Order: sequence, then C-alpha cells, then structure tokens
Amino acid sequence: MAITHEFEYLRPATLGKALKALAKYGRKAKVLAGGTDLVGLLNDEILQPDAVIDIKAIEELRALEFKNGKLQIGALTTFSELLESDEVRRKFPVIAEMAGWVASLGIRNRATMAGNICSAVPCCDSGPILLLYDALIHAKSRDEKRKIPIAQWFAGPRKTVLKNKEIVTGLSMPEWDIPHAACFVKLRRYEGEDLAQASVAVLVDKANNYRIAYGSVGPKPFRGAAVEALLTGKPLNEALLKKAVELARLEIQPITDIRSTKEYRSHMTGVMLERGLRAAVSRLAGKGPAYGASLI
Amino acid sequence: MKISMQLNGELRDVEVDPRDILLDVLREKLGIKSPKIGCEKGDCGACTILMNGKTVRSCLILAVEADGQEIVTVEGIGRQGMTPLQKAFVQHNSFQCGFCAPGMTLSATELLSRIPHPTHEQIREALAGNLCRCTGYTPIVDAVYEASRKNGKRTTGKRKI
Repeated sequence: MAITHEFEYLRPATLGKALKALAKYGRKAKVLAGGTDLVGLLNDEILQPDAVIDIKAIEELRALEFKNGKLQIGALTTFSELLESDEVRRKFPVIAEMAGWVASLGIRNRATMAGNICSAVPCCDSGPILLLYDALIHAKSRDEKRKIPIAQWFAGPRKTVLKNKEIVTGLSMPEWDIPHAACFVKLRRYEGEDLAQASVAVLVDKANNYRIAYGSVGPKPFRGAAVEALLTGKPLNEALLKKAVELARLEIQPITDIRSTKEYRSHMTGVMLERGLRAAVSRLAGKGPAYGASLI
Repeated sequence: MKISMQLNGELRDVEVDPRDILLDVLREKLGIKSPKIGCEKGDCGACTILMNGKTVRSCLILAVEADGQEIVTVEGIGRQGMTPLQKAFVQHNSFQCGFCAPGMTLSATELLSRIPHPTHEQIREALAGNLCRCTGYTPIVDAVYEASRKNGKRTTGKRKI
C-alpha cells in the first residue's frame, strides 16, 4: 500500500539546512527519524504534510554520551542503542530496562527516544522514565534554542509544546547524585510487543527521596506527586506501601479503551507501584530482581 | 527520484517516488519477494529485512530512506546454499504456510550474529516481533537453538541489561 498524499522528501546533511527547511514549511513539514510512527500515520493518511524532512544524515544528532555528569541522548539515538550502551546500563540501568520493553527488536532498531516523546502518545514508555530524572528536551529553531523540562513537555495525547519551526536535537538528564535505584514496570496484554496498558516508574535513593511516574493512566505521562509526598523522607514499610497503593489509585485518571478497562488499569497500577517500590528498594540494597526482569 | 542500494551484495539502482514504501519497491520493482506484506503496521514482522546488519520493518520505511544503505533478505543469505539455521528449520518442520519464515529467518540470523549461543529466553525475545499462526513457535525456537549449538566454539551471550 503506497502513501497517496504527495510530499517532498528532503534529507538535509546539516542541522542548519534542516532548520531552514522547517522555517520554510512550518506546520506543513514533518520530521522523520526512525519513522516507526510517522510512516504508519502517512500510510493511514492521518498526516498529510507538504514535506518530510529526514534528519538521519545529520551526524551531530547521533550522539549518545555521558559528559559533565549528564547523559546526552541525540535525536537519532534508537532504543536498541540505549539498550546496548554500557554507559547507560551502568549509570541509568532503568533506561535500558525500559528500552528492552519497547515493542520488538525490529522496531527498537529503528525507533528513537526523541521520536517517542515527540509522538507523545499517553502510553509512551520513555515519558515516565524521563520524568524520574527531570530530563530536558533540547529544541532548536532558526531563531531560538531552548531546553524544555520534561514535566512541561507533554500538552496532551499526541500533543507537545514543540513549536512548528523547532526540531528536537536531543535530550539530557543529570546523573542522580545520591546512590539510588529505579524500576520500570509495564503492563501488556502479552509478552513480546505491545503498547503499555499502564506503566509505573519508581526511583528511590539512600536519603529516602522517592520519584514516581505513571504512563497510560492519564492524557499524558505524569509524576505521582501525592505518592511522592507520602513517601519522601521515610523508609519503606508495609503500612506505607498500603497507603501508597491507595493513594496512587486516586491520583491517576485511567480510561477504558481497546487495550484495557479503567478498572483494570486502576487496580494494576496499584499492584505495579507496590512491586516497583519493593524492587527499587531491594535493588538499592544490592539485592532484588536484575534490571530487565519482568515483575508482572 | 533515483536511489541506489547494496541489495544482497549487488549495487541496485531504482527509480522511486518519495511516497513509495520500501517493502513495495523490493517486491514490485526489484523482484525480491521474500519480505511479505502482512499487517503493514510494524506489528507482524513478515516484512522484516536486514538493513546495515539490523532487522527492520520494511513496511515502515520509505524507499528513499534506503538510498545508500545495505539491504539483505533471505534471497541474499541463501546464495551459497542453505545456512545451518535454514537447514535446522527444515529438520524441525518449523514452518507450515511459510509466510513468517523469511522474517523469522532474518530475525534469527541477526540474533545469532549478535549472540552466537543464545538461551531459549533470548531466542524468544529476539523473535517476539515475528508472528507465526501455524506451528506455535516451539519448533522455530528449537531450530534456532539447535543451529546455535553448531555455531563453533561456545561464547556467553551478552546479558540483557
């Protein structure tokens, strides 16, 4: 099945040329990286751009490195590259844990983390993890360069605050400076490839700071402020866990759709939060399930 | 526009429209019929090809994106006769209708190049994106496992995380 809508295909060799093309076409242009989302949308005629700007020839968008205490992820970094990076596995193992659950290998070899958050579907796997680490989205246009905190990035289902003439050049996040552990739990209908029915990301450190983030249980991925407030400063115990689970079910807004019911999402988010917290605390103590082990 | 790619070891030029999907161009313009048209959404894995050594979904790639890239399909890996993996598939009666076979073969080929001696779990993970509706996966996984044990000297697979 070929795409019916005609568009111009551009493959600029530099970021400057890509930004020039974006400035020319504005909202009528779509940026192409891995294409695992975009090509489907073109096929289904949901998107009908005048120009498709393929950024894969722009070498500077390919970087994946740890520099000055920060992980820098280029716009072209794929989930497979995240999963295979020794630096990521050592310093941000939960990113590798998440990357391993994204779709299947043939998709991970192509799909980028930047594309994942630009698609901004509520079930995107990157969202909750980036929220744990206060990641910054680096955006650039011909006139402006800005870093957008992930907490302000998502504007709703498939909507972000990225402007028409801007391109995401990459993401960055600081290393957590206190010894910590994290966990990503993803609920799916079957092993292999599926979108999240619900996801929970948890981070805990030696000073009893907690970070919680949810995916697929609201119009966008979001932090669990109420659960964080309950837990922060306290070592985890059974009574706290029980309260956290109750509170989590109150701070999410799941809906019923083709993949799950509202009730099931609500129930399972509690279960996943409990398992995620137990796993993260246990990992922090040097025990616990290895990163990448399925908890659900 | 004209693009050129290294296809199964040969440099091939082809005229494409920016709207053309790589899968369609391979099948209709380049005579490469092993990648199959399945779901066309990246879910079923029937259209899997190797691009620069990695499995990708050719239904989710514009043909123009293949310009200058190296593409390998089942037609390419079997040029010197069947590989040990393909022979193992035959011995295990791994496939019935055969629709998933090219995708399975390429996914397993990529796995064995990355992890020469995978565990059953690693095989299942690598093939998770290739759907088979006939034989129930077990004879497929068994064949990959057996082929891997004939893979020269033993090395340990890279751990998942």
